[in-house]
This record gives sequence, C-alpha cells and structure tokens, in this order.
Amino acid sequence: MAEMDTSSGGGHKKGPGVKKAKKLSTRVDLTPMVDLGFLLITFFVFTTTMSQSTAMNMNEPKDDSTQVLKVKNSGAMTILLGRGDQVYYYFGQLEADKLSEQFKSTTFKQIREVIVTKKKGTKIDDLMYIIKSDKNSTFRNAIDILDEMSICNVPPGHYAEVDMTATEELLIQKTEEANGIK
Amino acid sequence: MPKVKIPRKSTTIDMTAMCDVAFLLLSFFILATKQKPPEVLAVTPPNSVSAKAAPEKSILITLTKEGKVFLMLGDETKKADILSNINAAKGLNLSAAELNKWNKAPFIGVPLGQIKSMLSKQVEIPANKLPGIPCDSSNNEMVDWMKSVTNVYAGSDQRQLQEMLLIKGDNAALYPAFKRIKEAFKKNEIFKFRIVTNGESVPVGSELYLNPPKAN
Repeated sequence: MAEMDTSSGGGHKKGPGVKKAKKLSTRVDLTPMVDLGFLLITFFVFTTTMSQSTAMNMNEPKDDSTQVLKVKNSGAMTILLGRGDQVYYYFGQLEADKLSEQFKSTTFKQIREVIVTKKKGTKIDDLMYIIKSDKNSTFRNAIDILDEMSICNVPPGHYAEVDMTATEELLIQKTEEANGIK
Repeated sequence: MPKVKIPRKSTTIDMTAMCDVAFLLLSFFILATKQKPPEVLAVTPPNSVSAKAAPEKSILITLTKEGKVFLMLGDETKKADILSNINAAKGLNLSAAELNKWNKAPFIGVPLGQIKSMLSKQVEIPANKLPGIPCDSSNNEMVDWMKSVTNVYAGSDQRQLQEMLLIKGDNAALYPAFKRIKEAFKKNEIFKFRIVTNGESVPVGSELYLNPPKAN
C-alpha cells in the first residue's frame, strides 16, 4: 500500500553507456510515527480525565436564634483558622485563668491527628467540632478544614461553622504577634 | 537425510496499518473530548477529597483572589428569566434590546447601577478590569441576585436549583468575602449548595480511607 512502482517508467531504452538508476525503495519505517501517535493518545487521554473539577456539598444551618444548640464542654473542640494557614484550637470552653494552657497553635498538617484523637476519645453523641474562621484566613483554609472533617469521617451534624468572638480574635492576634506571623 | 531448508523471513512488518489506527484514535479522542469553555477569570480552587463531578449546567459564583465576585449563569439555566426578573425588581429600565444583549454576555461583573451604561458601550471591558458585583456588608447585591434566582426557580424547580448552585473561589481569597456570599444565600433561604474543588485522592491511612462511605 505504501509502495510505489519506481522501476523506470515509460520503457524507453537507454544507451549502453548510461547507467541504470539504482532502485530506491520508498518504504519508510513507520515505527517512530506509530510511537508518536500512541504517545499523543496517552497524553490526551490522561490530561482530559485529570482536569475534571469536583464539587463539594455544603449544608448551611438555618439561622434561628430561638434554637440554640447546646454542646457539652467535654465533647467540644473549637478550631480557629488564622492568618498564614495557621490553625488554633482548644477543647471545651475558654477559661480566663487557663488561657495559655488551653489555647494551642498548630498547622493544617498536624490538625488531622488532633481531630482524630479527639474523635476517638469522645462519645460520638457528645462530639462537636466548632469551626471559626478569622477575617485573615483564606477561602482555601475554610474548605480545607471542612475537607479535613470528611477525611476524618466526622459525621455531618457534628461540626459547624460559627462566628468568632472578640476574645478569640484578640487571642489569635496576640499569638500571631508572638509567633511573628504576618 | 535430506536437509530441511527453513526459508528466511524478514522480521520487518508493515507499520502502515498500525500508524493508521494510532492516528485514527488520536483524532477521535481530540474531536470527542469536550472543549472546556474559555475561562475568563483565572481562579485556582482548593482541593478536596470529594469525588462528585461538578455539574455542567450551573449557576456559578466566582470569587477571585482580589475578592471580586462574578456571577455566571449557564446557557441551560433560565438566564433570560433571571435577568428580566432583576430588571423589574430593581428598576433597571432596560429595554428589550438591552436585555437581549445582556443575555449574551458570558458573565455579570458590574454593580446593578452600572449595567445600563455598560450595555451601551461598544467596546468590551476585559474581565480583570471589571469591578465585580458589590458584596460588602453594607451593600450586598448578591442578595438581590439570589432573590431573582430563587424567584425564577420557585416551587418544584427548587431541587433543580440546589443541583446547580456552585461557588468557585480562589485559594487566596479571604474568608469574609466567602462568608458574605453565604449570607446572601441564607437570606434567600438557600441552605444547600456546592463548592467547586480540585479532586484529590484520600490520604492513605486516614479514617475515610479505612472506612469509605457506602455508595448510595
């Protein structure tokens, strides 16, 4: 199919001194071209499936001041998101005289272990993670922590996003200053 | 004993057929894959372990790095109805021709007050120069937009709306901007929506990895 007849066409006779042109085959080695073809196929197949974006479900609670959810101190863990991908957390309720003991600072890499330890050590009915985002935290932080909840298999309804109080804001600000986070 | 002669055969095969197949497949894949709609706004969404694919037809709210908010009403949504609804509700005084022109715009990124003057302009302003939909605590026009959207998708269409509402935010966008979009949703009784993320595999050894949720 890929060959052509290259033998002298026309059939006219050549003189005795004229050398016959050497027959050159027109067959080309197609192996590299096949290689290239399949390489491109694999490339396209991979890039198209990889770039698909996914969607994460969000369920917001209804704002209702008459229904206040009571959380047991023993089961509550508050996670605060601050500037520069910093995470702060404390268990139960903040007490004025034990602030420095309670209020701990960590990063996104380590928070998973804290979440899991808390989950294992608490009765599932009492468990509650309270997530509060600082005004300097990013959208990514807010999504990452929710993602962390699903990674740790925290059942829905056992974590909630709540507005930050002034005390907590001040605490974060102080910790940031002390740790030199800008 | 007579010698058996094994005829020597060439080991080269004709590659033409294979080459044909390779390029046929290549052209098929290129033509069959859907082209991504050109992204006017460069946004890098955060990662998540969610495996659900983002829906194609959507009402997409984009939050850029600078905190600007843009609204994109997909082609298959009730875009024209939403636009005429907000035109009537906010008294924008747009003519039918202007509404038609607005319907063709790929996204909305100006305050409601500037829409009439923007539509009369001939030249198009590049997306990064647009001010975005104002979404401050004092002036949150997203509330008006979501009101029109919920009005159009009232009643039995509400479920459909839940499937479509998407927020796509940039990694570096600050949290308050996201919070105000959520507030706009809540004010219109929208409690379920989705966040566009980049898929990520579940970390090995985590709780979700060990006990994956049962597929429904």
